[in-house]
Amino acid sequence: MRRILLSTGTTAAGIAALVALKPGHTAAPAATPTASGAASGAASGPAASPTTSAASGSGVSGTFTGDPAETPYGPVQVQITMKDGKLTKATVLQVPSEHGPEREIVEFDVPRLNAAAVAAGSARIDTISGATYTSEGYRTSLQSALDRAGA
Amino acid sequence: MPDAGLRHVEHVMGTVFSFDVRTPPTPEIRAALTAAVAWLHRVDAVFSPYRPDSQISRLRDGTLTLADCDRDVRDVLDRCAALGAETGGRFTASPGGRLDPSGLVKGWAVEHASALLHRAGAPDHCVNGGGDVRARGGPAPDQPWRVGITDPADRTRLAAVVEGRDLAVATSGTAERGLHIVDPATGRPATALRSITVVGRDLTRTDALATALFAMGDEARPWLAARPAPHAYALTASGRAWATPGWHLENGVPHLRLT
Repeated sequence: MRRILLSTGTTAAGIAALVALKPGHTAAPAATPTASGAASGAASGPAASPTTSAASGSGVSGTFTGDPAETPYGPVQVQITMKDGKLTKATVLQVPSEHGPEREIVEFDVPRLNAAAVAAGSARIDTISGATYTSEGYRTSLQSALDRAGA
Repeated sequence: MPDAGLRHVEHVMGTVFSFDVRTPPTPEIRAALTAAVAWLHRVDAVFSPYRPDSQISRLRDGTLTLADCDRDVRDVLDRCAALGAETGGRFTASPGGRLDPSGLVKGWAVEHASALLHRAGAPDHCVNGGGDVRARGGPAPDQPWRVGITDPADRTRLAAVVEGRDLAVATSGTAERGLHIVDPATGRPATALRSITVVGRDLTRTDALATALFAMGDEARPWLAARPAPHAYALTASGRAWATPGWHLENGVPHLRLT
């Protein structure tokens, strides 16, 4: 199970990198650079479904369609064609469009948030993000307290 | 409490950089930390808009051409231009008409410092540049880094928490230096948001996007809704709080966990 997850993750990352490089491109040639990564994920994934299969000669032949994989950029689906155990074609069937479905923005109830805001030191916190402090402002910042505690 | 890590605090670029390396130190890691600190001072010398002899100041004053600048200067200005295009002009290397790519440089500098540590064999580290964070690996085996987001209404408290093992977290807001972000679209300071935190994997981009989204103000929300990334959490001047999908309340506090 662990291996499958890792394998799927690698594929998703590879495709995400591809998508990042070529936003909006869906054509098959764009898949070439990640063909090996796509192939391993699609072929070894739990639900890869061969549409044709013929174990002729030395290796697997056929066309395999992977399940759509969720990536941070949206769903990605890949189809590969193998001939005698060699990858001959990889096609990206589904990529997130640059302007895909709208994300739903969540609204929080601020008075309740204020009541719950974490007092410094009451939770394990390793570092602090906030508006950029000046060198002077740092002295009274939570980050400076964390730095002193860890020094 | 780490018993074998490396901590370092460096005052540079008008703010403070905090290094927290949890991988047990080797000579290579110590050398990388020294190199990262030297790098930050080099970035300040080249990019500071306040130093009259920096390449950015001389470029602005017309006493240096872009062709004679370091390659890094051209790269940074190129990235600023790309971010400007992507955000409909809400990010610029010349806020208020004056060359100052600081909105991207700090995140870029931290990203590079983090890469130096990573390459030297320190997968578990966190670099905080004045409130912009790049965290990799974890504070202990199999543990995620936990990044607290300052409450702009009370800087002794945390408004939200982000955790993960490969994080870039940048926050833009008025809590520390007032209305200092000029919206390139209007030429006036942006006022609609009090604070916006952007979470991704690359601090160069994340830091610049935090600045651009803060400048967008109310338009940040539809801009983010129309895109699959990045993650963001905002507190508005009118007293509302909103976030992209993925944030949930944990003990009443907005929380984002990245795997």
